[in-house]
Amino acid sequence: MLKKEVMTLNDYYAHFEVEEGIIRKVITEALSNGGDYCDVYFQHQISNYIGLEDKAVNRAYSNVDFGVGIRVLKGDQTGYSFTEEITPQAMQLAAKTAANIAASGKPVNPVPLKLHSHSNYYPIETLWEEVSIDKKMPYLQTINDKVFALDSRVIKSTIWFANQTAYMLFANSEGRVVYDYQPMGLILVSCTAEQEGRREQNFFNLSARNGIEFFTPANVDRLAKEAVNSTVMLFDAVKPKAGEMEVVLAAGSSGILLHEAIGHGMEADFNRKGISIFSDKINQPVAEKFVSIVDNGTNPHIRGSINIDDEGNDTEETVLVENGILRSYLHDRISANYYQVKPTGNGRRESFRHAPIPRMRNTYMLPGPHKKEEIISSVNKGLYAEMFSNGQVNIGGGDFTFYVKSGYLIENGKLTRPVKDVNIIGNGPDVLKNIVMVADDLKMAEGGWTCGKNGQGVPVSQGLPTVKVSKMTVGGIN
Amino acid sequence: MNNKERLALAEWAMNLTLQKGASEASVVIFRQQEVKIEFRDKKLETLKQSIQNSLSLQIYVDHRYSENSTNDLRKGSLEKFIEDVVTSTKYLAQDEYRSLPNPQYYPENTNIDLKIKDEQYESLTLSERVKMAAEIEEVAMAQSSHIISTTAWCSDVHSLITRVHSNGFSGDFEGTRFSAGAEVTVKDKDGCRPEDWYEANTRFHKELPSSEMLGKNAAQRALRKMGQKKIASGRYNMLVENRVGNRLISLLTKPMSGQALQQKSSFLEGMQGQKIASEKLTLIDDPLLKTGMGSRLFDGEGLAAQRRTMIDKGVLQYYYVDHYYGKKLGIEPTTGSSSNFVFEYGTRKLEEMRKDIREGILITGFIGGNSNPTTGDFSFGIMGSLIENGEFTKPIYEMNISGNAKEFWNQLVEVGNDPYPYASCQSPSLFFEKISFSGV
Repeated sequence: MLKKEVMTLNDYYAHFEVEEGIIRKVITEALSNGGDYCDVYFQHQISNYIGLEDKAVNRAYSNVDFGVGIRVLKGDQTGYSFTEEITPQAMQLAAKTAANIAASGKPVNPVPLKLHSHSNYYPIETLWEEVSIDKKMPYLQTINDKVFALDSRVIKSTIWFANQTAYMLFANSEGRVVYDYQPMGLILVSCTAEQEGRREQNFFNLSARNGIEFFTPANVDRLAKEAVNSTVMLFDAVKPKAGEMEVVLAAGSSGILLHEAIGHGMEADFNRKGISIFSDKINQPVAEKFVSIVDNGTNPHIRGSINIDDEGNDTEETVLVENGILRSYLHDRISANYYQVKPTGNGRRESFRHAPIPRMRNTYMLPGPHKKEEIISSVNKGLYAEMFSNGQVNIGGGDFTFYVKSGYLIENGKLTRPVKDVNIIGNGPDVLKNIVMVADDLKMAEGGWTCGKNGQGVPVSQGLPTVKVSKMTVGGIN
Repeated sequence: MNNKERLALAEWAMNLTLQKGASEASVVIFRQQEVKIEFRDKKLETLKQSIQNSLSLQIYVDHRYSENSTNDLRKGSLEKFIEDVVTSTKYLAQDEYRSLPNPQYYPENTNIDLKIKDEQYESLTLSERVKMAAEIEEVAMAQSSHIISTTAWCSDVHSLITRVHSNGFSGDFEGTRFSAGAEVTVKDKDGCRPEDWYEANTRFHKELPSSEMLGKNAAQRALRKMGQKKIASGRYNMLVENRVGNRLISLLTKPMSGQALQQKSSFLEGMQGQKIASEKLTLIDDPLLKTGMGSRLFDGEGLAAQRRTMIDKGVLQYYYVDHYYGKKLGIEPTTGSSSNFVFEYGTRKLEEMRKDIREGILITGFIGGNSNPTTGDFSFGIMGSLIENGEFTKPIYEMNISGNAKEFWNQLVEVGNDPYPYASCQSPSLFFEKISFSGV
């Protein structure tokens, strides 16, 4: 295997057993029916998982994915095909299939390919392919020992170590060629504890676009401690009362609020079709002046960062809301053309099997003027939401949810009893208006968040300072 | 690759795995052909066609276990892949319960026709598919001037699976699946843009409903959401539409898994033979159902498919126990995964059940939410309609239901006679009393 530091365009051509001449022929074939534009996306992805259950690392899973996707655009229409055999014949056949989206027009000659260089937001020390299974196993054993040593109520623990690398090579009919190496690591610790015949379960995980060096002794400690603490606290947990109340979101993974309440609605494909609740709202006030929200692909080593998007466009910090004013959608190539704006680097895909669509990267709110303590003490009766598992949104209705695994009741300005397993539901534009306080303590989520859209999952992250929303509907008990 | 070549490749990979040092192995070769058409704004939006292949390998090296898959089926690449994964497996801890299933659990007869393959699949043309998607969009758009966008689709999949085990099992699976439907967005006077969808999934192309029916249903569902509001929190009677019943069934099936039991994260541990739900609930897992979307002759471990009444009049009869967790728990395996859910159905359709409801809420969809199989706690976002004096009076959304599965399933008072035909879970409409809703 080649060392990443020295890999050149020619190394990537060799890796996929292609050369510029073949790629240009494929593009020519793909545009032979009159398509406006074509891109080819080569990908080699290696995923490994090892698992600990009942105190032993006794299972491993691996997957190798290798192929090329060929896309032809005719206006905003998409023809797509892929092949897992990277031979000139198989690629020509896939190109012919994708070409069918267009029915007329004259063939175009593709221009010579020119390398487009980009920054690297996730340099790593050792390629994941060079980290053998025996080097990863001790992490799981160490965490497992810590989990059981931390609390005698722990009865079971399962731990997963997952890592992934993807080599991607992209070329298009405008002559751009780019390549990238995309690493990812994740450890997830799940824990079950028992107290007086009652059982509770919870989990904690850390993930980053990084190498094995991400799992420092401090992070290993945190994985064990947080998994145990978040589980045993549930023995004291109660269910809140059902209905609307003030909700304070803890700094960090609470950024899931932004992902669901505004992020998806700002993906430009929904707006191009007029089906988002944010359609026609650009440059209008949507929140208080101290609310600014961005979607950024350039945060070093953060899970949702990308050096280059999956249509070969540079990534950036895209401002969704600037001092309360709605500013920019998240664009892919089709929508950027439609709106006649510069692409924002949000064209992403799960793999070579899918055409890219507008997707989030790391979505977060910038720090505001308030203090965390000030926010909590301002709440008479409400909920402090801390750990989350999942969320969802209806793009046009604007109703969105996120599931709170654990948090606390706030009573008379103080955190009191823990709460567990409540769904929170709100409406995107209403909730943005109801953000009444934003603290100065922005924190990024560190877990293994994956966003699903149109059957495609992509890694993302999110962040939030401590935030107070004046009312949201909490799924409690009547 | 034809069937014979696939079987030959599977056997070659299995033998090589054994040669490299595995004590047992199983190989699955998977092929999938797929076409997907999306139609919007009177034109083809997306055309996608593909064929994919992959090989997956379960390896047992003296009770050390790994599962590995690749789609790079060139022999040279496969040889290196197999050598690498056998070597990696040797590092893992031994687990005495890891082995291929005892051959007594394999199917005796693999020549049963489950009616899941449409022989006409290959003759379906691209233009027929495009025409149907175009018709669905046209029908939907014609239903109302409030409609701002319709995306209609037609897609189909042809799947082939070849499975061989080193202790003497080999089997094939071949099936087709056709989907057609639409998602419709409408705009109401408040600027809200509610959306809804309608889709049919069938094993045979001729069983798909007409474009007329698909387009109209999708549009009407979205139109009914115009002006949706949340209402007061409280306990309401709840009628659940058949197509979303599966979300509630999962409150029971997640903790019914052998892994959840063995890992002490199931509130149903020790409940076999006991009442866990209202006597109105009889849940049958039927893998042998003809034309079923989840039908199969053997499961993911090669275990023979068998119809089982999992919950009989509210009493838990079986867990979902695969071979591995069965050995770990010291109990007989059933199967590790569900197939088709059929029910003991009631006597009335949703519309008839609704007529008798003085005040209640109809659920037509869930949004987000989750459940905890260890404790039974759950909380889901919902959308639907208020029912007053037997009639739907206003669309509602942005509300949650919450509770605990232990009590919740005892609040079931009626099941309909209207199984949902387009999914592996053929849930009827379900009627529950006094469920906790949170809204205003």
